[in-house]
Amino acid sequence: MSGIAIRVDNIGKKYRIGHVEQNYRTLMETVKDSFYAPFKNLSNLFTGKRAPKSEHADEIWALKNVSFEVSPGEVMGIIGRNGAGKSTLLKILSRITEPTSGYGEIRGRVGSLLEVGTGFHAELTGRENIYLNGAILGMSRNDIRRQFDEMVSFAEVEKFIDTPVKRYSSGMYLRLAFAVAAHLEPEILIVDEVLAVGDARFQKKCLNKMEEVGHNGRTVLFVSHNMPAVTRLCNRAILLEGGNLKMDGPAHKAVGAYLNSDNNNSAVHEWFEPAKAPGNDIARLRAIRVRSSEGKIAEIVNITEPFAIEMEYDILQPGCLLMPWHHFFNEEGVRLFESHDTDETWQARERPAGRYVSTIWIYGNLLTEGIIYVSSGLTRLRPTKRMFHERYAISFQVVDQDNNSPTKGGWEGAMEGAVRPFFRWTTKLGQNTDMLAV
Amino acid sequence: MISASKAGIPKPGPLNGANSRIIRIEPSKGWVSLKLRELWEYRELMYFLTWRDLKVRYKQTFLGVLWAVIQPFFTMVVFSLFFGRLAKMPSDGIPYPIFAFSALVPWTFFTNGLTQASNSLVGSANLITKVYFPRLAIPIASVLVGTVDFVLAFAILLCMMLYYGIIPTVNIVWLPLFLVLVIFTSLGVSLWLSALNVQFRDVKYVIPFLTQFWLFATPIAYPSSLLHEPWRTLYGLNPMVGVVEGFRWAMLGAKTAPGPMMIVSASVASLVLASGAIYFRRMEKIFADIV
Repeated sequence: MSGIAIRVDNIGKKYRIGHVEQNYRTLMETVKDSFYAPFKNLSNLFTGKRAPKSEHADEIWALKNVSFEVSPGEVMGIIGRNGAGKSTLLKILSRITEPTSGYGEIRGRVGSLLEVGTGFHAELTGRENIYLNGAILGMSRNDIRRQFDEMVSFAEVEKFIDTPVKRYSSGMYLRLAFAVAAHLEPEILIVDEVLAVGDARFQKKCLNKMEEVGHNGRTVLFVSHNMPAVTRLCNRAILLEGGNLKMDGPAHKAVGAYLNSDNNNSAVHEWFEPAKAPGNDIARLRAIRVRSSEGKIAEIVNITEPFAIEMEYDILQPGCLLMPWHHFFNEEGVRLFESHDTDETWQARERPAGRYVSTIWIYGNLLTEGIIYVSSGLTRLRPTKRMFHERYAISFQVVDQDNNSPTKGGWEGAMEGAVRPFFRWTTKLGQNTDMLAV
Repeated sequence: MISASKAGIPKPGPLNGANSRIIRIEPSKGWVSLKLRELWEYRELMYFLTWRDLKVRYKQTFLGVLWAVIQPFFTMVVFSLFFGRLAKMPSDGIPYPIFAFSALVPWTFFTNGLTQASNSLVGSANLITKVYFPRLAIPIASVLVGTVDFVLAFAILLCMMLYYGIIPTVNIVWLPLFLVLVIFTSLGVSLWLSALNVQFRDVKYVIPFLTQFWLFATPIAYPSSLLHEPWRTLYGLNPMVGVVEGFRWAMLGAKTAPGPMMIVSASVASLVLASGAIYFRRMEKIFADIV
């Protein structure tokens, strides 16, 4: 095998976009426009102007001068904001659309998975859809027949295999769809955001399958917004920004660069208009922020680092006993823990009106990798009444940047569990006679 | 190790031999090849797309596959009443009902193929934007679906021939030729319309009008022998004229032997198919962007 699986050389893709329409158009305007449109199009036809090139047309480069190479067996992540060009890049590499400039080369069988269940037909049974979907993804009938039972058991739909998929629950549907895709055996696998669908257990299953694929020595290109997944699955990642290749390097570095690249992120939630903020006449929420140990807004938190969540709120009516709190959830919706304000300063003291900031300090080596959602609230005590409760007010990602946090004890694989606290261990050679005596 | 040995075994199926292949990705310029070889490699996909359309087609219908026969049969009844009985249309010495029906069998295949295929690309937008495969497979599969209906209608035609005591002459050996001709015509027009439909949804409104107009421009309700040479040869510019007259001649032994008209029809059909395929391939690169 030669040294390169995928080579991308100065690839660019230009799209024409029509002028942005005015937000509101009356029915009359729409009727008028559709009445004039044929005349306008016809005159364009005769004057040699092509319809999409009309004076309103605008061009954008969805991708510009992107170059990189991928070696066989490499698992590379592609990250970036919405509209950064990730999907366009995958579409070009999957040959769904052509680049406007540049060229690329791919050595080997390509399987691209830009969506789970492409071509599934609601009227067909599970069995029929497996064959259809397999054929669409490029599997031969023999391949499908050989792996049929395995796919069905992976999807856990044995009983319903001869039922039309329109009667499936959405979970069953997704499992079946992913099962087919997961048994694709290309040398190069191109995956887009497939894991963003389905329930958490299913996502986990997909992730594990992806990891398996990576370990089998296949080349994988993986687009995701799930940063922990990227750092876990990929050894390398490229960061796209506005169609340009911003960075190409080790996954954790690219992830770090991505998350520091702007501050309009999910780790901050601010309410600028008091009237629209959660709350009532007694108290109103103003902002919730995640801050790193250095005090910066942090959408990503390294698993070993302590960090803080601050809640900013106004108290409008003095004389109440108030208790701020947070609930922490993981991606599966499991409530990891709750925490109430432990600062005794205000616990039994009626608060004067004014702006307050309550901060919770969370230590490192407690949470595990993944997205953490925080619901925040403020409760009045005696008599108990909830002032506000903002569900999933913010979220942030916990990432094991170097994949060697001390909790792992040198293990390189994934670690299960809802939390990953650091405990003290001792290991001694020989029997512990003290213990046995007890 | 396992995957290496797996890769070494040539796999059957559409991607066979792709191991050694280097896929080049670059903007296409000028003339593009039809890539018929690749299309052939994806024949299983074409088979599955056809199979899917067949399976889905009559799901949740009451009469099911009977619809394949009802449509041409009742058109024939109406034609027989109005053109045969009332207007006393000549029919080359063949009983009018079978005269009309023998033309309606290939005609129905043609219009159904046209209607289905012209919308096929737009209807498969989810596939086109998510998976790579030769796009030609989509309209081809749509046209092929019609062959099943065709076979059923053809069986009815045979029954009718039995009823009217018409025995096919030796001309029937030419039948496959006319089948190829109707497939060419149907596919050629479908390729044009399906590709155009991606960009201009006007096609949707054109189709009903087009098929209606085309129906009367084709000798279905009347014989082409109403025209005299050289007009009759010129009439062959409509490839369906060649199809219909050829079909009648092969099945019923009508007097109209394939002459210059047939050659004109065959040439036009081939031209439509070739140009349709080229136009389709040229437009193919922007399908995913604008569909």
